[in-house]
Formats: sequence, structure tokens, C-alpha cells
Amino acid sequence: MKAAIVLFPGSNREGDAFRALKQAGADASIVWHDDHDLPAKTDLVVLPGGFSYGDYLRCGAIAGRAKIMDAVRAHAARGGFVLGICNGFQILCESGLLPGVLMRNRDLRFVCKRQFLRVERNDTVFTSAYKKHQAIDVAIAHGEGNYEAHEETIRELEDQGRVAFRYCNADAVVGGAANPNGSTNDIAGIYSEKLNVLGMMPHPENLIDPLVGGIDGRGLFASLVAA
Amino acid sequence: MKARVTVTLKTGVLDPQGKAIEGALHSLGIEGVASVRQGKVFDIEVVGDDAEAAKAALAAASEKLLANTVVENYRVEIL
Repeated sequence: MKAAIVLFPGSNREGDAFRALKQAGADASIVWHDDHDLPAKTDLVVLPGGFSYGDYLRCGAIAGRAKIMDAVRAHAARGGFVLGICNGFQILCESGLLPGVLMRNRDLRFVCKRQFLRVERNDTVFTSAYKKHQAIDVAIAHGEGNYEAHEETIRELEDQGRVAFRYCNADAVVGGAANPNGSTNDIAGIYSEKLNVLGMMPHPENLIDPLVGGIDGRGLFASLVAA
Repeated sequence: MKARVTVTLKTGVLDPQGKAIEGALHSLGIEGVASVRQGKVFDIEVVGDDAEAAKAALAAASEKLLANTVVENYRVEIL
């Protein structure tokens, strides 16, 4: 598994993504956003978390139009894997690789805490190491994670099984107080039509080491490396 | 030539910032405020004096970057 992590000005989780991929056994490298091409034979592109371009205009808006994104779009069109985490998810939505938009959290607060997610399906390249409907304990850190889209888009995502993760409690009960940002249908992550692009607000790359209190994030990277 | 692009949230899109501003105006005792929606204004200096061409260019700019048309509307004016 050859992974390329795209670094934008203002990204700050590229090191975490790099460590998680390395730990899982991937051959990872960091690519500058102004490059035109991805490294040859890239299997997976990761858009890491952070505050690309200072969140100016809209979160992910300027990064979504960076040169390298043409190469990322071509990679995705070829069936290559793309993972956008947090700001990376916002960039995927702004670049048109995923539908919808991440709006300001319902209560206007930046939320930074541990968060359980329910794995909606485990038959994708991103989640095969998890059990279906397993509650995984990861982290969230965002001010704009409230997923919204046209009603018909939400219906399409639901009908096609493209919701990857939902916010839940430790018992895998979705929604209610477990939804940290007001996201529609408690959506924490979604897939593209062909299930090769995943965007998610939470940070699995931060829970890969018992030293920080949990390793539930490992499954996502293990799944990718096994793909 | 001066132009202005105004970007506003579409009707029905939740605007928590607008709501917070609305609450602050009420707490300041400013009367008659029914509701607030927050948007963005871009003041743009355009080269040349072809108003129609400038409008078309700024509409393209709005579609491509200035507005996210999933949740936002935009308006282009030549001032």
C-alpha cells in the first residue's frame, strides 16, 4: 500500500496520518499541494486535518481548488482510494469529490473530545477490520462538522449505503446527545458512489497508541493496508 | 470599475452565527429585529469598463469559488 499525504499550508495532522499509516505497514510519503502529480503508483491519497489556508472563505474552499486536487480527482476516477479526515473531509466536499457541505457546529462551539462512532458497514476497503455496527472510540476536533446536503442527496446517501460512520454513544446507540455538532442523520463520514473515497470528521489517526488511551483508530488503516 | 459580490445563505439553511448575532442585538436592547442572516461581501476592482463582461466573469468566479452553491446564493453588482 503506497500512500501519499497531501500537505496544504495550514494542514497540521499530516504527521499523525503518517504515523498511523506507517504503523499499519503502509509506505507513506508527504506531498506538497503545489505539485501537479501524485507519486507514481499511489494507491491511497490522504487529505489530513488542520486549517488549510486558515479556513479563509469557507473551510476547505481554497485547498479544494489547489493544483494537486486535479490529480486527486483523476486518481479517484481511476478507482484509487482517497481518505479525507476532518479538514480533509471539508476539502473533499468543496472539491466536488463528495456531495454536501460541512457547516458551523449547531451550538457554534469548537468541539475537541473523544467520540464514539458506529461503523455502518464493514464491507468497504476502509472498514473491513471492524465489525458491522461496532462502536469505535476515536477523537473529534472541529468547529465546522455539521454535515448538510440537499434532501435528495441525503436520501441517495442513505439508500445507497454511503453513510460510513454515525455519531453514537459507547453502546452504539446513534444520535441524540451523542451527536456533537447537529450533523444531519448523525452523519460523521460518507463514501463516494464507488466506495473508494471516504470523508470523515473524526480522527481515527489519533487513537492508534495505547499511550494516548485507545487503539480503535487502527482498524481503519489496517483495513486499507489489507485492501 | 468597482463591483460587489454578495453571498448569502439560502433560505432554510440553518445559520447559527446569524442566530447568535440576533440574540446579541436583542440583549443590547435594539428593537424591531425579527431575524438576522449572516453573509459575505466581496468588493472587487475590475480591469476595463465592459460591465457585461465583468458581470459574466464574476458570476463564473462566484460559481467556482466565492459561493458554495449547495448552501449559498450570490448576487453580482457593478457599482
